[in-house]
Amino acid sequence: MPTEPVIEVAGVTKTFAGVKALDDVDFTLNRGEIHALVGENGAGKSTLIKVLTGIHSPDGGRIARNGRISTIYQEVNLVPLMSVAANLFLGREPRNRLGLIDRTRRDAEAKELLQGYGITADVSSPLGTLAVGEQQMVALARAVEADADVVIMDEPTSSLEPREVETLLDVVRKLHEQGIAIIYVSHRMDELYRICDTVTVLRDGVSVHSGPLKELPRIELVSLMLGRSVNEIQKHGTTAFGEDHHADTLPVLEALDLTSKPRINNIDVSIRPGEVVGLAGLLGSGRTETAKAIIGALPLDHGTVLVAGKPVPHNVKAATRAGISMLAEDRKTEGIIPNLSVRENIVLAALPKLSRFGITSRSKQDRIVDAFIKRLRIKVSSPEQKVAELSGGNQQKVLLARWLCTEPKILLLDEPTRGIDVGAKAEVQALIDELAKEGLAVLLISSELDELLDGADRLIVLRDGEVAGELEGAQLTREHVLNAIAAEVMDDADGNQNSH
Amino acid sequence: MSTVQATATRTKVLQRQGAAVALILMVAVSWLVFPRFGSLDNLRDLALQGSFLAVIALGMTFVIITGGIDLSVGSLYALGGVLAAWGSQYGFLVALTLPLLVCGAIGFVNGLLIARTNMAPFIVTLASLLFARGLLLAITDEGANTYQIAPDSAFVELGRGTVFGFGYPIFIAAALAVLGGLILNRTTFGQNVFATGGAEQSAVLLGVPVAKTKIGVYTMSGTLAGLAGALTAAYLQSGVTVIGVGTELDAIAVVVIGGTLLSGGMGTVLGTVIGVGLIKVIQNVINQIGTLDSNYQSVVSGVFLLIVVVLQRILRR
Repeated sequence: MPTEPVIEVAGVTKTFAGVKALDDVDFTLNRGEIHALVGENGAGKSTLIKVLTGIHSPDGGRIARNGRISTIYQEVNLVPLMSVAANLFLGREPRNRLGLIDRTRRDAEAKELLQGYGITADVSSPLGTLAVGEQQMVALARAVEADADVVIMDEPTSSLEPREVETLLDVVRKLHEQGIAIIYVSHRMDELYRICDTVTVLRDGVSVHSGPLKELPRIELVSLMLGRSVNEIQKHGTTAFGEDHHADTLPVLEALDLTSKPRINNIDVSIRPGEVVGLAGLLGSGRTETAKAIIGALPLDHGTVLVAGKPVPHNVKAATRAGISMLAEDRKTEGIIPNLSVRENIVLAALPKLSRFGITSRSKQDRIVDAFIKRLRIKVSSPEQKVAELSGGNQQKVLLARWLCTEPKILLLDEPTRGIDVGAKAEVQALIDELAKEGLAVLLISSELDELLDGADRLIVLRDGEVAGELEGAQLTREHVLNAIAAEVMDDADGNQNSH
Repeated sequence: MSTVQATATRTKVLQRQGAAVALILMVAVSWLVFPRFGSLDNLRDLALQGSFLAVIALGMTFVIITGGIDLSVGSLYALGGVLAAWGSQYGFLVALTLPLLVCGAIGFVNGLLIARTNMAPFIVTLASLLFARGLLLAITDEGANTYQIAPDSAFVELGRGTVFGFGYPIFIAAALAVLGGLILNRTTFGQNVFATGGAEQSAVLLGVPVAKTKIGVYTMSGTLAGLAGALTAAYLQSGVTVIGVGTELDAIAVVVIGGTLLSGGMGTVLGTVIGVGLIKVIQNVINQIGTLDSNYQSVVSGVFLLIVVVLQRILRR
């Protein structure tokens, strides 16, 4: 295929509040190519995408678009209360002779179309009833069916299960075969190297590299993104976790027999001070539910939570007072209050401790906030900056600071590094490590096996809401974990054989 | 699986059925207990009384589905009536179109301010409520000057004419409800209304003209309030200045009873019609009891509303 640019960007600059988000960026997308766009959060990827799609107009430079652009975003940007079919065809619904929307035809077409994406759900049910992965697939189907010449995908797989990722990558390849150009934004190296032809690396608003991806070794790509030398990265490895923590004291947290049917069943978790215990398992295996059960946010059929040997009443307030804090998976809906400042977000949970008769001491707040901003290396212009303006990684640190303010003994971390970039990820991982060294008991939930294997001293593997295995020491290998997760599949196979 | 939305879906069905079940029960009990309730005369009166509120509530349904609120409709309802009565001296066409145009224009300005300046609908329409009520008092010399409509004019026929004893406003309201249902569910505008209220940020990214949609629903709401006022004036043969105080709250109440989510993104015209039926049956029954001091009417309807809302809340669990 001759190289024919569908998007050509030359010397584009975009400034927000005096900060250069894009600085003289060149970018070319050729017809039929899959182009990886990588960089740390805050490197300018989102801004570049918004400039490409016309949401932002650049301060300087030239953009030539030669075709229709569709974008799918990291968070599913559809309407959860509307039906799947309505979402898919919003704005271009099939009509009958009277000019009214032909719902029968719409639903039939939606059903047929979505089968090609591996979705068999009822298209007349609200989109919000689908799993996140399926919703993302609907968003993708919508973007593609809009007769786009260019599809921009911003972290499309960040909330997908491995199986769904495969379906998505298949769809991407299909699009590629149809000659549609794709800009693929992801932090997942595996995916990038599997499907992308070319890569553009952004760092601090500057395009630092552009060229074929296959010729670029991974470690080099990471070093380009981070702006650090290859040597430096090799010395520290891909995750920032240090040595295992040795803890021989008594458990500070003991959760016994946690059961909340049908989601979790007889789960036991115990964590010693200074220990990081990982919760592994597939999406829906009960990881988040287990954490929620421990902090008292999930109604239990039965089960007890003990902190330092003392039973804790099953509610969040009591759990928090007993020293349990939880960093929720979904920053946007369960944690960050975007319109409040960094300071306000940080002190939120600690306000009761900081106030006397309902009046809070501002100077005390400032001292604590300053200390945490320094300690967690949160990048802010001032403590009064709105949290919404921070990058994902820095938002996560703000949340971490909020819970650390309450001086917890036990920290439950649900996907603490999801959706944040490589550099911030490493910092958060290093922080977890530090916190454990200081004696905190940490429960770490992650979908990334490497993060669990490197970060945790002990792994509890969940499967269908039950403990499928506990791994420690030499057992902490990929194979062991996968075996524990996969055992169910083999059980099923056995079961089938027996029944025949 | 997003449990929040799944719950919302279940709620939708239950709320809609809940209001319908309540209406059926209410009608059945009233029919048995009050011999006069089931009489054709009473049913005609009930339907007529409901039709004015239904026209207003129809516009409110659209506004609330976009996630907004329109507090100005009570004042616009009264203003529409006065404008129609005043305009009737220049003939049928002026009497009908003047209130639609003026109230529609005020609704349009509401929409414009809400969509373009991002001001809260509550504040903007509260200002219009005061503005329209003030305008009304100004043109009627603080209510001292009541415009009458000539009893033999064609315009009065619009409010008082009947088919089989059922007043024209009933048919107008029914036709508008059917039209409203079609617009909501079977046109792009309707889909945009749902998308705007369901997830505004996403709607923008999906290419939904959010601002235009908002301007559209407020214009529609204002126009319909003006129409309801015109119909009421035609029925009463005069522009009564004191009506419509608190009508915006009645309209919001029936929309919500009908299962439309106050937070937006979900709702039906049928639910609103059922909500109107419910509130009018309650008022009718209170009238049937007769011994109840009329001042206690709103106390009873208030308590009943609360019961309905609490029941919906319980059904949701």
